[in-house]
Amino acid sequence: MVSLNSYLVVTAILFALGLYNVMTRKNAVGLLMGVELILNAASINFVAFSHFNGNHVGGNVFSLFLIVLAAAEAAVALAIVVSLYKQFGTINADEADSLKG
Amino acid sequence: MGFAKIAFGLVHLVPLLPLLGAMINGFLTYSGRKVPKGFTAFVACGSLFLAFLISVGTFLYVSGLPEESRELTVTLFPWIDSGSFKADVAFLIDPLSITLMLVVTGVGSLIHLYSVGYMSHDESFSRYFTYLNLFCFAMLTLIMGANVPMMFIGWEGVGLCSYLLIGFWFTDKEKATAGMKAFVVNRIGDFAFIVGFLLLYWTLQSSGAATVTFTEMRDAAPMLAGKTWNGVPVVMLVTLLFFVGATGKSAQIPLYVWLPDAMAGPTPVSALIHAATMVTAGVYMIGRTSFLYSMAPETRMIVSTIGFATAIFSALIAFAQNDIKKVLAYSTVSQLGFMFGAMGTGAYHAGIFHLVTHAFFKACLFLGSGSVIHAMGGEQDIQKMGGLRKYMPVTYKTFLIATLAIAGIFPLAGFFSKDEILWQTFNHYPWLWVVGVVSAAGTAIYMFRMVTLTFFGECRADEHTKHHLHESPASMTIPLVVLAALSIAGGFLGVPDSLGHLIGWEHSNLLEHWLEPVFVMPREHAMASHSTEYGLMAFSLAVAIVGCYAGYVLFSKRKDIPAALVARFPAIHRAMQNKFYVDEIYQFLFVNNLLRLNNFLAKFDLKVVDGIVNLVGFLTKVSAYISGAFDRIFVDGLVNLVGNAARWGGSALRRVQSGQIQTYLYYAVGGVLLVMLYRLL
Repeated sequence: MVSLNSYLVVTAILFALGLYNVMTRKNAVGLLMGVELILNAASINFVAFSHFNGNHVGGNVFSLFLIVLAAAEAAVALAIVVSLYKQFGTINADEADSLKG
Repeated sequence: MGFAKIAFGLVHLVPLLPLLGAMINGFLTYSGRKVPKGFTAFVACGSLFLAFLISVGTFLYVSGLPEESRELTVTLFPWIDSGSFKADVAFLIDPLSITLMLVVTGVGSLIHLYSVGYMSHDESFSRYFTYLNLFCFAMLTLIMGANVPMMFIGWEGVGLCSYLLIGFWFTDKEKATAGMKAFVVNRIGDFAFIVGFLLLYWTLQSSGAATVTFTEMRDAAPMLAGKTWNGVPVVMLVTLLFFVGATGKSAQIPLYVWLPDAMAGPTPVSALIHAATMVTAGVYMIGRTSFLYSMAPETRMIVSTIGFATAIFSALIAFAQNDIKKVLAYSTVSQLGFMFGAMGTGAYHAGIFHLVTHAFFKACLFLGSGSVIHAMGGEQDIQKMGGLRKYMPVTYKTFLIATLAIAGIFPLAGFFSKDEILWQTFNHYPWLWVVGVVSAAGTAIYMFRMVTLTFFGECRADEHTKHHLHESPASMTIPLVVLAALSIAGGFLGVPDSLGHLIGWEHSNLLEHWLEPVFVMPREHAMASHSTEYGLMAFSLAVAIVGCYAGYVLFSKRKDIPAALVARFPAIHRAMQNKFYVDEIYQFLFVNNLLRLNNFLAKFDLKVVDGIVNLVGFLTKVSAYISGAFDRIFVDGLVNLVGNAARWGGSALRRVQSGQIQTYLYYAVGGVLLVMLYRLL
């Protein structure tokens, strides 16, 4: 029987990897991948908590919504990346800084 | 009667016509348009002659009225209405003002006519007639004014015109200065006059009779008896102040000094203003306020004393003068002294009588001297004349008549008027009578000295002048003849009752009876008997005849006697020639000190007052600078600080917004970490 803590450790690592990815990647697409990792970490957490909390259905439903949301997010974000590329000729997140103060 | 009534209805035009004439000529002069001299002369003479006709009509009208109603006030419109002080533009028509109106307009018309000839070559012909008409307006306002403010307007107006006409040839500095001197000396008198008037008004007001009109003041005058101001009777003070005013206007000691210098003006001006009319304003004023003078015997004593002192003092000066006009000027001062002598006795009619006759013969003398000067080409020194009798018969004859009149030869005008004065003085102040007789004798001598030196003997002028000698034109000789005729006949206005009685002419003193209702007489004074009067008359006549003869002989056949006298008493002669150094004394005592005071005040003004003003200005500047600096540094600094703080804050914080999405993520993560750290700790 895998304990809840094991799940949490895995998801924490996953979240940290995702965050690290988001914070360090220059490539906008890679950056989106990091976001997916973070979302999945959260998703795993929901399912794990649900499982250890009497198999409550709420957590599973939440993770389903998250998957849908992630799909939608990926679609929108990739569209943004495409138009970013059209606008700046690059998908490097550092170079798209026209909102600089 | 129709004419008289119409004339009386137009009586307000008497002063206004000359004013109108002055305005027409004045505006034409001012506009600089070329106007024919004939037109100017016509306007000037015409307006005054019309005024004369109206005056005659008014005289006829008023003399037809019963004696007690011969006092009419013609009110034109209200002038000042301030509280209890009410003065109208109103004219008082009574025997006194009518007498003066006739003299001013009559003699004035003649002198205007004379001026047409005398000034014919002058460039400022129309300016001259503007001033002359303006003078007549002011003089008529003075004598016809029904209240003191009106009289004062005229009083100042004649002073102004006198100033303008003395300095008529103002390009000559000496003449301009003479005008200024007359004005300044007159101001001293005018000041006293107005102070006297205010004191009188003030006292009347506190007695509940606030009035400025002569008739109401006369009725209220008894209330003034016993009123004092700082222990001095008000009536005495007022009359003295009025008299000081009169000494200024009428050239009496101590303010007579301007009149001889006033001869700088054109000769007809001397005749009109400085002999016949303006200088008698003081005498008229005393007559007009007789109700006050009759209540102040002390003042009357002073008036008489000053009058006779002036008479003898200026007669002495006249002896040693060589300028024909200066002799006449001092003679005028002397005759005015006689008038004041009469006013002081309370015999006001005698003073007015002499005023009238003097206007005739002195105007004649001045115009005669003008005729002489005209012929001599401007020469005024009688030592350089002589023998003019041959060249100027009309001038000579009229001049001689007027001289006999002023000397007091029976039956010319001067005899009656001067005799009346001496008779009244004999009864009131016997000692002054002695002075009066001596001055009368002096008058006869110096007048004949002048006549002798001018018209008799050999001509002492140079050939050039002699060649040009001629009788003056008709416009100048006609007034001379008329005035000479008046000098002969004028005396019969006032033949003493005692003398008329002898030839069965009762009440022969026409002028006295005519003027009787006007004057408020002092207490009845005991008069000496008729026989004394005859004696005095014979005596003064004898004195006059001897004086005339002496004047003639001493300066024609026996020139050695005056020469010997001069050699014997050189100091006295020099003093007389230099007018007893009165001008110099005044210069030393008053003028110099006044100038010193003025200089001091000027310095005070320049140093102290200006210093204070500049200091205040400087302090204002300093405080303004400080306040400006404060504003600039502190207030502006604060305002800018707020703005700058926002700007600095903005430029500092803008670095935070890098536009890079990951930077923001760092901040978010950093924030979360900080919160976590906070929770952990």
